[in-house]
Amino acid sequence: MDINATLLGQMLVFGVLIWFSWKFIWPPLTKAIEDRQKKIAEGLAAAERGQTELQSAHGEAQVIVNAARDQAKKIVDQAHKREVEIVDEARSTAMEEGKRIVDSSRQDAAQEKSRARDELRKDVASLAVAGASRLLQREIDPKAHADLIEQLAREIEGGVTMHG
Amino acid sequence: MSAAEHATAGPANSTEYITHHLTHLRVGEGFWSFHVDTIFMSVLLGVVTLGLFYSAGRKATVGVPGKWQAFVEMVVEFIDTTVKEVFHLDRSFLAPLALTIFVWVFLMNAMDLLPLDLPGKVAALFGIHYWRAVPTADANTTFAMSLTVLLVVLFYSFKAKGAGGYVHELFTAPFGSNPVLWIPNFVLNLVELLSKPVSLAMRLFGNMYAGELVFMLIALLGAGVFTLTFGSAFGFFGQVAMGAVWAIFHILIITLQAFIFMMLTVVYSAMATEHH
Repeated sequence: MDINATLLGQMLVFGVLIWFSWKFIWPPLTKAIEDRQKKIAEGLAAAERGQTELQSAHGEAQVIVNAARDQAKKIVDQAHKREVEIVDEARSTAMEEGKRIVDSSRQDAAQEKSRARDELRKDVASLAVAGASRLLQREIDPKAHADLIEQLAREIEGGVTMHG
Repeated sequence: MSAAEHATAGPANSTEYITHHLTHLRVGEGFWSFHVDTIFMSVLLGVVTLGLFYSAGRKATVGVPGKWQAFVEMVVEFIDTTVKEVFHLDRSFLAPLALTIFVWVFLMNAMDLLPLDLPGKVAALFGIHYWRAVPTADANTTFAMSLTVLLVVLFYSFKAKGAGGYVHELFTAPFGSNPVLWIPNFVLNLVELLSKPVSLAMRLFGNMYAGELVFMLIALLGAGVFTLTFGSAFGFFGQVAMGAVWAIFHILIITLQAFIFMMLTVVYSAMATEHH
């Protein structure tokens, strides 16, 4: 163990190494580490923020879905109501129409019936006159016997009515 | 078997072998002489490490780091955490100082793990006959470092307490401010102050010097292997087995000594900033 000027040389070397490490090695390395730490912290914060936003978006979506469901239900209910109304309306209209048709046909039938009766009566009168003329071999003046023929026709009509 | 064989005269016996291995490549006379091997190895290791660390620092990205950058950052963070736990003031100087000490001392110590005769053989290729590869096994290196650390400690003492405050403390602590106690206080503080560099330097030097010596003794076990006797074969296996065990154990020692030197530097600096 001999101490000599090597000591001074080594102190110089050590001093230079310390200076270099102090000025050029330590700062960029610690800066890189600290910057990365900051970056990671920011990333974690952003992830947390994203999570929170996602949760609130979920809540909002739920609210919107609920509102849409309510509205859809309302629309369906309205449609149901309207359907019943339309069916009722159609039914009453149909019933009125049916009644009107039945009435008018009944009227028509009555008219037809009275017209047919009149015709028949006329035919019976002329037949009765023709029959009687044949029987008597001579002309009968329908005017002179109008009362008689009329009575006969009424009797026949009465018989027809009784049988009809 | 050894570099010594390439010297002007090969080692005649174990004593000569060991003496040869403990001789520095020396330039100059008396005090004004330099151990060229010590200075060369320490400068080489310092430049290589700082160069590698510097390149890592220059290319450091904030994004995903490369393997080398990750390793360097791991070392930096380890040192920074260690310093932060002990030293509570601004550590923008002390932390890089601790990094320098740890890495440099570790690598200088690690030269002990090179095959004992390899540096000498390489040096012999250049016609150099003496070459000690472990700079920390030279007391000049360890004292140079510990005295520099003493300067740093004094700097922190003055910085934290001011010149007047520090001188006042030197004379009044730990016994009290009675004028009768000034001399005992000062003597005690002086002893305490000087014991720091001495213990720092001697601890590292002693460990590395002894480690080197043990490697030499183990190497001598196999010295007679070419005589091809039973004893020489036994000695050879002894060299291999014990050399391996001692080298593995030494990995722990070199790391531990580097850490202790760094840690005590930080602790002394922290003590210097505390008021009594």
